[in-house]
Amino acid sequence: MIGQSPLRTVIAHAVLILGILIVAFPIYYTFVASTQTLQTILRPPLPLLPGDQFWNNYTEALFGGVGRIGGVSVGRLLLNTTVMALGIAVGKIFISILSAYAIVFFRFPLRMTFFWLIFITLMLPVEVRILPTYKVMVDLGMIDTYAGLIIPLIASATATLLFRQFFMTIPGELVEAARVDGAGPWRFFFDILLPLSRTNIAALFVILFIYGWTQYLWPLLVTNSSNMNTIVIALRKMVSFADADTQWHLVMVTAMLAIVPPILVVVLMQRWFVRGLVDSEK
Amino acid sequence: MTPRVVFPNKVLPYLLVAPQLAITLVFFYWPAGQAFYQSMLRQDPFGLRTKFVWFANFRKVLADPAYLNSIKVTVVFSLATAIVAMCVALLLAVMAEKVVRGKGLYRTLLIWPYAVAPAIAGMLWLFLFNPSIGSLAYMLRSFGIAWDPLLNGTHAMILLVSAAAWKQISYNFLFFVAGLQAVPKALIEAAAMDGAGETKRFWTIVFPLLAPTTFFLLVVNTVYALFDTFGIVHAVTGGGPGKTTETLVYKVYNDGFVNLILGDSAAQSVILMVIVISLTAIQFRYVERKVHYG
Repeated sequence: MIGQSPLRTVIAHAVLILGILIVAFPIYYTFVASTQTLQTILRPPLPLLPGDQFWNNYTEALFGGVGRIGGVSVGRLLLNTTVMALGIAVGKIFISILSAYAIVFFRFPLRMTFFWLIFITLMLPVEVRILPTYKVMVDLGMIDTYAGLIIPLIASATATLLFRQFFMTIPGELVEAARVDGAGPWRFFFDILLPLSRTNIAALFVILFIYGWTQYLWPLLVTNSSNMNTIVIALRKMVSFADADTQWHLVMVTAMLAIVPPILVVVLMQRWFVRGLVDSEK
Repeated sequence: MTPRVVFPNKVLPYLLVAPQLAITLVFFYWPAGQAFYQSMLRQDPFGLRTKFVWFANFRKVLADPAYLNSIKVTVVFSLATAIVAMCVALLLAVMAEKVVRGKGLYRTLLIWPYAVAPAIAGMLWLFLFNPSIGSLAYMLRSFGIAWDPLLNGTHAMILLVSAAAWKQISYNFLFFVAGLQAVPKALIEAAAMDGAGETKRFWTIVFPLLAPTTFFLLVVNTVYALFDTFGIVHAVTGGGPGKTTETLVYKVYNDGFVNLILGDSAAQSVILMVIVISLTAIQFRYVERKVHYG
């Protein structure tokens, strides 16, 4: 290891702290604003320390129902978003692990055709085919439903490819041994494959949960009723920079409630998060 | 590869792929096919008659000054976002490599913007910088800068790029840290013994060895700036002021859902698909190269 002058170490720390300030400041500031009265927010500059309205603002937003978004409580919005994020994470893992299992551990006609059909979807995010997908949703009556929020977004190949890659590293001897011992495909799947895939599943879960939670375009299109909005969309509807009656203190509370859950997931499950991020891009 | 040991079942594998295949066909292939078909149709203004026009929509879109403007906007926005996000992340990653104590804490504190939805990131930045109540806008004004992202296109673009890049720093940071850890320490020590200073070591050894990571991140960041930032544009500027921040994805949405020019919107979708496919192809070539030489 090369020695390093103390000055350079100090500079490194200083740059990192500056970086953290830039990265964390908007979020901290939102928190500060969420504890102030509306009058304080409307007269910049805002104080740098939290105010005393924490309790009032949070209870009002959570239980009061906010006028601009059709009287829906933030609790309902959080429920919708949670259902969507969990649905996408669980649904995508479920269908992907099954199809990857079939493609790696079975031989059947059209196997490669299926693989390519799934693989191609990797390339095209929902953003490039919004209008026709929207039409399919209307035809199937899936507007304003949880299924409509979730299912179109799980039609993608990333998770399948990840599981496929991992399954290919499992030695054939393991399958052979299981078969000699009389284990059928289901037994093998539940007793051997699932336990082995635990870390992969956890990593994917974190990434997909964040992906689902932060969706914008899709929920914007498939939800008309304010009852079915996700919290991100509702937040957008609450904000109007043109007119003066935006309830900024409640907007800030909603913003905090919208960013804290996924941040907690990332920070608490950091190990799997980093792994999932690096793996899913391979 | 030796032939895999497999299960002999004949029907089960079809049942296993069925859910994913069904969803893919209904929500991916069917709409994608529709997009191609729609892109060659033209409706009269009342939506009464539809005519098959082959590639006329594409010619019309590609000749439209508004579309060309939106290509320009997208290129500026994507490049600026990618460059800013990557430079800041690289600087932080290099510094984090030097630090021994508190590395884990720094990493934890740097990665959380990843979890913030792009649209919310945009709104937070707009809250800080909006001319009437934003505290940072207030500071800018007290320095004598006539800051107004709601009226000035350049200011709006700067705001969008900051918000989009801010959110992407954590992602790039993690990849640069991983890339830096893969640089062989022996090379750096050898250079140090030959008398190369720290700056020289970075530019002649570390930076070239990071090239694969950098290139990979450039592609990922461009794709991010192209698609995932729809929320930022929609929530912060709505493509305005004027059309100074109307990106390609925003225009597809705007023409399709707001202005209801279906043929044009579909043609734009198809053009976007071509762009994504080329970017993905580039990315895969790069992955292949990594496999061969890595």
